[in-house]
Amino acid sequence: MVLRTALAILAKDLRIEARTREGLASALVLGVLLVLVFSVAHDAPADRAPSLAPAVLWVTFVFTGLLGVQRSFVLEREHDALAGLLVAPVDAAALFFGKLAGNMLLLGVMQAIVLPLVAVLLHVELWAALPALLVVLLLGNLGFAALATLFAAITVRARAREVMLPVLLLPLLVPVLIGGVKATQAILVAGLAAAREPLGVIAAFDVIVTVAGVLLFEQVVRE
Amino acid sequence: MDGPPIAARGLRRNWSGRPVLAGLDLVVEPGELVALYGANGAGKSTLLRVLGTLLRPTGGELRLFGCDVRRGTIAARQRLGWVGHDTACYPDLTGRENLEFHASLHGLARAGARVDALLAWAGLEGAARTPVRSYSRGMAQRLTLARALVHEPALLLFDEPFSGLDTEFAARLAALLAEHCERGGAAIVSAHDESRLAAIASRTVTLVAGRLREG
Repeated sequence: MVLRTALAILAKDLRIEARTREGLASALVLGVLLVLVFSVAHDAPADRAPSLAPAVLWVTFVFTGLLGVQRSFVLEREHDALAGLLVAPVDAAALFFGKLAGNMLLLGVMQAIVLPLVAVLLHVELWAALPALLVVLLLGNLGFAALATLFAAITVRARAREVMLPVLLLPLLVPVLIGGVKATQAILVAGLAAAREPLGVIAAFDVIVTVAGVLLFEQVVRE
Repeated sequence: MDGPPIAARGLRRNWSGRPVLAGLDLVVEPGELVALYGANGAGKSTLLRVLGTLLRPTGGELRLFGCDVRRGTIAARQRLGWVGHDTACYPDLTGRENLEFHASLHGLARAGARVDALLAWAGLEGAARTPVRSYSRGMAQRLTLARALVHEPALLLFDEPFSGLDTEFAARLAALLAEHCERGGAAIVSAHDESRLAAIASRTVTLVAGRLREG
């Protein structure tokens, strides 16, 4: 029942996104803009440019991801749609996983466009590192989306929610952000084996925030 | 899960430290239609949100169908239909998609016939494939009512359900409420216009200073 409800919520969010394209369009514009600005600002020579890629990628992912998560909860706030979800006989874990999956998918689509752009602008050998990078992105996306979904639910009814979400979320994202940058850096230089330690940090973070999300979502989403 | 649809004792709910519900008692039995009145800001919507499990009580005891809401509310939510001031529908989905989505939340896998019947009852067959954003106030309210009825709930918690409705549909809603209670269902309905409920209500309660008065 949890899986079926989570899939129903995911399908609903995807249908709305496909119809409006508001979340993806705004995340993509910001993402491309950030990558362009960072690349132009540093203007590094071709042999040194790839070393900038990890920082550029993860800063871009975090800011565009924030935008996407905020948008996914704006849908629930409009016309008090969240009340319709909360009055239904569904487990809060299903709501959490449904929103989490939608946020991860949005991040993934945005990354599929930003990653090749970074590879071109910063001279990164993408193809060789791609399988290992996908592992980092998957783990990083899970940690980011789980924590962001939980905090978006906390701030959804707050008056200054657009300010509150980044203020509360960004300091707590430091482990996944540093882990992501370190792991990406290690993969681009020496392959997946060299990224074992930062990947371990991200995986542990994922487990902690996902379990916290499942346990706390009911408490934070209901007034 | 066995017991009256609503049994509240000493129910309290505060907003910013101010008691909106100040220890009220309320029992609603099957077949009862309770008309809820009160001045603006008296706390009618808060009461209906607490009864709908959308707000946690600050204190007191609340049992829905015998189930203590402090020990989980999923089973009780399966049997209640709630209507608030907003539609609780997604404006970028069509009317049909909204009803199908809410049917799926209630575990109704094949809800096509039920959705068709509700769209017909709400007079929205022609607008079923139109995004709700383009609905008029009255159409949106009719969809809201259909959403709350999609799983055939035993307990209806309707906050100002007649607002935005034309005379013809308001009569249709009144008939539905009366029929629901004749079949053994229960309902609490708030309204400003007492004439809407006078003919069908089993009893009337008024919320004053956070407590309910009969009549």
